[in-house]
Amino acid sequence: MVEQIDLTQVNWARAQFALTAMYHWIFVPLTLGLSFLVAFFESIYVRTGNEEWKRLTKFWMTLFGINFAIGVATGIILEFQFGTNWSNYSWMVGDIFGAPLAVEGIFAFFLEATFFAVMFFGWNRVSKGFHLFSTWMVAFGSNLSALWILVANGWMQFPTGMKFNLDTARFEMQNFWEVLFSPVAISKFTHATSSGFLLASLFVVGISCWYLLNERHQTMAKRSIIVAAVFGLLSATYVIFTGDEAAYTVAQKQPMKLAAMEGLYVGQESAPLVAAGLINSAKLPGDNMDPFALEVKIPGLLSLLANRDPGSFVPGINDLVFGNQEQRVIGAAERIEKGKIALELLRTYKDARKSGDQAGAEAAQQAFAGYKDHLGYGYLNSPSEAVPPVGLTFYAFHIMVITGSIFPLVLLLILYFQIKGNLASHRWLLYLGILCVPLGYVSSQAGWVLAEVGRQPWAIYGLLPVTVANSNLTTGAVLTTFMIFLAIFTLLLVAEISIMAKQINIGPEEN
Amino acid sequence: MIGNLDYSTLQQIWWIIASLVGSLFLFLTFVQGGQTLLFTVPRGDEEKALIINSLGRKWELTFTTLVLFGGALFAAFPKFYATSFGGAYWVWMLILFTFVIQAVSYEYRKKPWNFLGATTYEAFLFANGSIGILLIGAAVGTFFTGSSFSLNDLNQVTWQTPYRGLEAARNFFNLSLGLFLVFNARVLGAMYLINNIDHKALTDRCRKSAWKSFLWSLPFLLYVLVNLLFMQGYARNPETGEIFLQSGKYLQNLFGCPITLVLLLLGLLFVIYGVAITCFRGRNNGIWFGGIGTVLVGLAVFFLAGFNNTAFYPSSYDLQSSLTIYNASSSHYTLTAMTYVALAVPFVLAYIAYVWWQMDSRRLTIDELQSENAEEMY
Repeated sequence: MVEQIDLTQVNWARAQFALTAMYHWIFVPLTLGLSFLVAFFESIYVRTGNEEWKRLTKFWMTLFGINFAIGVATGIILEFQFGTNWSNYSWMVGDIFGAPLAVEGIFAFFLEATFFAVMFFGWNRVSKGFHLFSTWMVAFGSNLSALWILVANGWMQFPTGMKFNLDTARFEMQNFWEVLFSPVAISKFTHATSSGFLLASLFVVGISCWYLLNERHQTMAKRSIIVAAVFGLLSATYVIFTGDEAAYTVAQKQPMKLAAMEGLYVGQESAPLVAAGLINSAKLPGDNMDPFALEVKIPGLLSLLANRDPGSFVPGINDLVFGNQEQRVIGAAERIEKGKIALELLRTYKDARKSGDQAGAEAAQQAFAGYKDHLGYGYLNSPSEAVPPVGLTFYAFHIMVITGSIFPLVLLLILYFQIKGNLASHRWLLYLGILCVPLGYVSSQAGWVLAEVGRQPWAIYGLLPVTVANSNLTTGAVLTTFMIFLAIFTLLLVAEISIMAKQINIGPEEN
Repeated sequence: MIGNLDYSTLQQIWWIIASLVGSLFLFLTFVQGGQTLLFTVPRGDEEKALIINSLGRKWELTFTTLVLFGGALFAAFPKFYATSFGGAYWVWMLILFTFVIQAVSYEYRKKPWNFLGATTYEAFLFANGSIGILLIGAAVGTFFTGSSFSLNDLNQVTWQTPYRGLEAARNFFNLSLGLFLVFNARVLGAMYLINNIDHKALTDRCRKSAWKSFLWSLPFLLYVLVNLLFMQGYARNPETGEIFLQSGKYLQNLFGCPITLVLLLLGLLFVIYGVAITCFRGRNNGIWFGGIGTVLVGLAVFFLAGFNNTAFYPSSYDLQSSLTIYNASSSHYTLTAMTYVALAVPFVLAYIAYVWWQMDSRRLTIDELQSENAEEMY
């Protein structure tokens, strides 16, 4: 099985997944947050009966619709791509991974699909109250769908609630609730959705700033800013809190990802946090080179972040590759040896079962139990394969954090001057508000790059490397679909941005 | 109670649930069928806008049902999901491409600065309604004609042709099933529009179109049905699980499992009745009969393929690699958990029906398209 791995094909399949997921994630966070903002706006309209708020609601709803359509278009492929390009993965973990996807369809997608039609076309067909209810349902539906897909992703990062079945050679669910309430799933959900709320707030604030700069639709812009800045600030606070929690769970459950995030090669007590730095790309695990060409460190902060204890030990890449007996860290080198034994025992078990050798099968099964936790490592050929791309992981993490920390400050200033009534005279701040929109997208994308690249080489952390999870396809087939997706999604993105820009330029309908 | 169900009962329940979702999808392809009428039935932009706006309120339901069908198969029959999607790569990818381009077309078609022009988005909708449905039909056809694949000890699939599933469309049975679905979707689409739109000239043309599409669908339907009765089928030995070819297998399934026969006949009658009252009695509610009929026929087709010890995803290359609902399913635990989840399905259907009724109690008119909410219209 391992002998037949076509690395080029795997890498194109990974590229295709990255491409489609990143395109999808351009649109999803805006849907998650803007759906709630539109629901807030409409709630104010229904409470006050003020038609200005209805106009405002309809304007943001139009932008929501444009974004939502392409979000749906880019989303369908993600579900089916598990089957088309990662069929071995689908078979090995479909028992666990398929369930949240099916639940997502039943509970969330139908809420969105059903009430979306009311939200857009029901103004004159249903009562005001039912319309508002529908808008809220779209917001809940969107975020509920995020819950289930993030539960699925959380399970890939930290597999739990399952066992390995030797007979079928696959992982099977043992506890649904453990999968649903896994700490990684929860922190993924809270962090990803709140970052979506923040991004949507930046979007609304940024466009409103543009109107103020151009002295157009000023009343609408100011009203939008108040609601979105408050929502954005609350969300930003939550993003920071959940981000800290996410980093803590990464440290506990995916120590290699944490080490790569920080470019930490040699583990240490009171480990410092690298606030910013330039990675030395020639650095390899185990050599004596400096991992950084340049870095700014904050003493003890990484230990505090990782273990809630500033003096604690944080393992580095070298410890996780070669092991560290003193700190009782098992290295990938040892785990690969044990993993290969596990794979051998699995083969012995299957052969014994095939030939009807019951005693042999039982012996293999018992022996396997001692090695099963290392099974995934058996597919790796060298310990350094267990290290994710350090540069990409490091930069993604730092870009996310650095850009992310600007947003609450900008939102706070905008809200302050808006309440004081002189926001429009601070043109630099309006420009900054606009600049935060693209920065918000960069930050959001960087977050997912960190999550997914940092998980490499695993499809399921520690259990199944991507090189075993893929489908048996030719490189040419995957390369072709990659190019088709690149062309279609880019074309649709250009159309989306163009339509969106035109609608923003038109602005809300005048009285 | 669900917790006490035995494994094979759960496997059968999940085949019924998956069949139901698949059959509901076939009913909801009235959206795709309606999309293929865009270039021929409406006269002028106003009529076209009526069709787009009428279908535009339902397209997401169809799309979501397809996604749920995929999700349900992933959760309940992961081996099928892995084998078919990973194996018949091109056929599924092409189907997906047509749904990707559909998803933006309603929203973007009429928006200023839409980059590609309205006609391109209409062509996208047409491609989704024709190529998309044709290939789905061809893929379902392989449930009976088989595919060329083998599975190794670890259930990894090796596809035996370089066409990766597209070869299904070269088989006349599969092609006929696909073409039948395309024309049936057009019949349903026309009947839905008649029910949903208040515009005499347009709906009169829809009636004619429904009749024409129905006539076109008949030879393909007959070819499929006659073949089903006489073709060899992929049978499973209940004791050993071994797969073997059996002549007249699907005919035996029809009589061995009489409910399938009843579903098939009743379904066909419903569709014919729906078409008849639409085309000759001037009635507007034919879609409900056509829709229910399609669901019943769909159920019969899926039941024929999966029940009565039949391999529902057979391999013509290596019989023993064929998938049955027993060897392709999730574990007992997952099926049990998912059955609890499925209890929510009637609730979901109920609110969909309620919203449908709320939104469609008044038929769509040109006046509404030009009302104060015109900017929200497609």
